[in-house]
Amino acid sequence: MADFKEISPNAPLAEKALNWVDNRFPLSKLYKEHLSEYYAPKNFNFLYFFGVLSMLVLVIQILTGIFLTMHYKPDAALAFASVEYIMRDVPWGWLIRYMHSTGASAFFVVVYMHMFRGLIYGSYRKPRELVWLFGCAIFLALMGEAFMGYLLPWGQMSYWGAQVIVNLFSAIPFIGPDLALLIRGDYVVGDATLNRFFAFHVIAVPLVLLGLVVAHIIALHEVGSNNPDGIEIKAHKDANGKPLDGIPFHPYYTVHDIMGVMGFLLVFTAIIFFAPEFGGYFLEYNNFIPADPLKTPLHIAPVWYFTPYYSMLRAITNEMMYALIVCVIAAAYLGATRAAISSILKAAIIGGALLLMGLMLAIDAKFWGVVVMGGSVIILFFLPWLDHCEVKSIRFKPTWHTYLYAVFVINFFVLGYLGIKPPSQINERISQVGTLFYFGFFLLMPWWSRLGETKPVPDRVNFVAH
Amino acid sequence: MKKIILSLLISVFTSWSAFAATDTIPWDKAPNKINDLGALQHGAKLFVNYCLNCHAASYMRFNRLTDIGLTEQQIKDNLLFTTDKVGETMKVSMDPKQAKDWFGGNPPDLTVIARSRSGHGGTGADYLYTYLRTYYRDESKATGWNNLAFPNVAMPHVLWELQGERKPLYDTVQSHGHEVHAFKGWQQVTPGKLSPAEYDEAVADLVNYMQWMSEPSQNTRVIIGVWVLMFLLVFMFIAWRLNAAFWKEIR
Repeated sequence: MADFKEISPNAPLAEKALNWVDNRFPLSKLYKEHLSEYYAPKNFNFLYFFGVLSMLVLVIQILTGIFLTMHYKPDAALAFASVEYIMRDVPWGWLIRYMHSTGASAFFVVVYMHMFRGLIYGSYRKPRELVWLFGCAIFLALMGEAFMGYLLPWGQMSYWGAQVIVNLFSAIPFIGPDLALLIRGDYVVGDATLNRFFAFHVIAVPLVLLGLVVAHIIALHEVGSNNPDGIEIKAHKDANGKPLDGIPFHPYYTVHDIMGVMGFLLVFTAIIFFAPEFGGYFLEYNNFIPADPLKTPLHIAPVWYFTPYYSMLRAITNEMMYALIVCVIAAAYLGATRAAISSILKAAIIGGALLLMGLMLAIDAKFWGVVVMGGSVIILFFLPWLDHCEVKSIRFKPTWHTYLYAVFVINFFVLGYLGIKPPSQINERISQVGTLFYFGFFLLMPWWSRLGETKPVPDRVNFVAH
Repeated sequence: MKKIILSLLISVFTSWSAFAATDTIPWDKAPNKINDLGALQHGAKLFVNYCLNCHAASYMRFNRLTDIGLTEQQIKDNLLFTTDKVGETMKVSMDPKQAKDWFGGNPPDLTVIARSRSGHGGTGADYLYTYLRTYYRDESKATGWNNLAFPNVAMPHVLWELQGERKPLYDTVQSHGHEVHAFKGWQQVTPGKLSPAEYDEAVADLVNYMQWMSEPSQNTRVIIGVWVLMFLLVFMFIAWRLNAAFWKEIR
């Protein structure tokens, strides 16, 4: 605890007021620690805009959400009409609504870019594991937030999208049907579902989200930011203990981020004002038809940001289960013959694999599809312990690693594209290969990330003065 | 995506008509008159006279028509049939039960129909423009009418007096070893009150009105958008120079 600080009674009023506060609340301390004396590496590139942009979109969503809540009616009989009321009769309601609907998609764009940045520069590596874990938890909460928010306009796609996803839970053995019933609060998606999703969307999940964002930033500021070179700037400090390659966040990165925010807002507002539906991707056309529990659409596709995972869900067919069983056998064989572990552990591996195979044969492929879809997000949490490369940043990893990351990104886009297409034989095959690649990329990372010759890592960051 | 939307639309459309859709024709491009107040007013008149008897537009207020240049007095004198309050929404007086008996279901609300029908091969306006111009006589149907853009449609040809009766002409062509009928053009059977060109014009006005009604703020939105982008460009320039001024000391 800091000592009580007295200052001269002749000091300016502002200084006295600040001193009064500082003796009671760490205002100056927080300002210094998180802004004026938070040293960030000076070699950030444009990918480092997406952290602050995620925060900006979060603020936009919360503020617009508050105003939408004032006019929206969480009632199956009134919800659709209340959205049209906002679009027509509420002054500037259309703007608030488009900001919120475009903001949802923008949130995923900036968060995906933010995660991609972390992936290629090794921002999840020691000592930033918790930063990454909090971030993954934010992503998970964001997915829940988006999914539940999408039900609220109560259009056909809202309704049937929720129906399909909630039904997935009923594929879980034993507890599934009861769990689905608990989520819906009814035997079909209905008024009860809308009310609870509204409660989760406007208060429960946003609270969790805000808490996680604070934890994410506190953890980040504790360990310091990574940079495109993946070098610890704290390794080289000046006489005052300041990192030589670090610059104070404020003013350098605040003015820098204003520029990034302007660039983002140019694109964001262009979409809001000139293409708010964004070709049916941000606001789906048949969501302008009120929800009707009696008319099932032929094809139900989730919004674009969920489609890669939806593709992986659909890829798990009965046929695919055999491919997965072969993978389990191969993994157990390698574990039992190659790994340098005790024979008890080896026996456990074989026993575990046999049990897993038994379950894979006994339980419906639909359930494993759900497991794969969930696993595709959960696996991100393990990234800090999967990457065993000597260097953090892709800049100094073996060149073929770069190609592997490129294939991973392309594969993610292909899965996303297939997720919006109606199912077909060839698409199913491609998404199955894509699913195997997605999981192979992560699960085999402890092996492949060690291979190849890394490039020499410089002592100090690469920086060209502007 | 487009295929999904199309199949969704077809399923939603046909689920209240008694038959499943077979195949449809490509959509014509609707003329864009979204800034033509005269056309929008003419479209509003057609809409109120021909559509609003069975279809509601229950999120659309009559007095919003002031946005397309009508005065409240003009609206009251010419367009209010189902209500006497200009602040009311465009409700319909038809009994839903009777509607079900007559058409096999309730005619959909048309407020945002133009937005919901976008997708396959064009905008919702394109679809409506094609649909309202491709009715033909088909005595095998309960209403006596059928439609090329919406096969087995439940709605009769409400605008037939204006268009007259027409018959589609087909060519028989070979496709994959089968003989199939390919749509070739129209033959006018009985004349309508309007010439074909005048009819297309009237439907274009009606469709543009429906497009406008689906989002009455759309023209304001675009105008504001231009100003917002100009402001942001100026601000971006300032932010760029500010950033450069601070960063020039970083070596």
